[in-house]
Amino acid sequence: MKNKSLIPFILLPVWFVLYNYLQPITDYFVDSFLGMEKGSHLTESIRFFIFEVPKVMLLLTLIVFVVGIIRSYFSPERTRKILGGKKLFVGNVLASLLGIVTPFCSCSAIPLFLGFVESGVPLGVTFSFLIAAPMINEVALVLLFGLFGWKTALLYMSTGLIIAIISGYIIGRLKLERYVEEWVYQVKAGRLDVEEEKNPFSERITAGTGAVKEIVSKVWIYVVIGIGVGAGIHGYVPENFMAGLMGKSAWWSVPVAVIIGIPMYSNAAGIIPIVQALLEKGASLGTVLAFMMSVIGLSLPETIILRKVLKLRLIFTFVGIVAMGIIIVGYIFNFIF
Amino acid sequence: MLEIKVLGVGCTNCVNLEKLCREVVAENNIEANIQKVTDFKEIAGFGVMSTPGLVINGTVVISGKLPTKSTLIHWIMNALAEEETK
Repeated sequence: MKNKSLIPFILLPVWFVLYNYLQPITDYFVDSFLGMEKGSHLTESIRFFIFEVPKVMLLLTLIVFVVGIIRSYFSPERTRKILGGKKLFVGNVLASLLGIVTPFCSCSAIPLFLGFVESGVPLGVTFSFLIAAPMINEVALVLLFGLFGWKTALLYMSTGLIIAIISGYIIGRLKLERYVEEWVYQVKAGRLDVEEEKNPFSERITAGTGAVKEIVSKVWIYVVIGIGVGAGIHGYVPENFMAGLMGKSAWWSVPVAVIIGIPMYSNAAGIIPIVQALLEKGASLGTVLAFMMSVIGLSLPETIILRKVLKLRLIFTFVGIVAMGIIIVGYIFNFIF
Repeated sequence: MLEIKVLGVGCTNCVNLEKLCREVVAENNIEANIQKVTDFKEIAGFGVMSTPGLVINGTVVISGKLPTKSTLIHWIMNALAEEETK
């Protein structure tokens, strides 16, 4: 057990060497080993693919591991305890931040919603959590960092946070409690006092490796397909092809991108490499960011799940407010950059 | 007879947890009634906010993740021992 938890630390230097020498290795492989003609469409597509897939997988493994360890310090039960009885705004800020680090899967959105509401977490605060948790996730941040750089990743995270805080706040101020299904308030949620186990650190490392196994095994195929499509666009689609369609001059592109994004349900891993390639071909950052947020943050399956506890009117308000927030963010970025 | 309840709606880990329970019970020749609970009210009633959850003889032993097989065996054996002392 103890030895097992050391393995990640032995692998760390290997990781750094691989990550730093990926470009020369790729170039050697493509130019010398495969002996492909430099600059042709096919060569550049293949080079892109061979470089990006291992790079993203390396980043993904490291970050998911670290986040897995961080998350072992948080649980929905603990988050609920922190948020119980918090006032609007302060509660919204806290809920959005906790949404990033608390382990969350949209399949347990309902039990979580019931647990929060029943223990006195205000509706608006609960929504801040439910908006931030799926939108700002480690997979999205890794891909943004890997393919766009740290500035875009940071921008995505901070604007995502702002949207979650403000949307939750507005929903709280609108006093929409009556649009929650009645049975929700009749549920007698049990109080699960999870013993605050004193986990030895080695167990947290096991949690980290567990997260890597779970997430990477689920996501790798989307990364490969996404980067594959991205590589095709990278090599074959002419420069500035997207400028007219998703560029700054096309004012309607932001709302259209958001509306298209809502029913699309792809995890971040599949959508971001494609979006990166579009950006390269003249799409503007604000439009691309808005599209991504809409795909990742507003998903049809999740709203359908939420319908079990929320009346239609509240669902539409929720989707409407978040979509508005995303559109505004899109325009701001198109205006600044 | 053990009462084992697997709490969860459709997520992969919930399915895996039920499988794991059946496996452990069969391998150790334990008499147990394994039930899948999909009703949200009932899940919330146990205080579980992230699925999968596992309840053995009325006590929630885990929520939000899949236990390792050895941990699961350990819990089941503990519950059995408790039953015998009653």
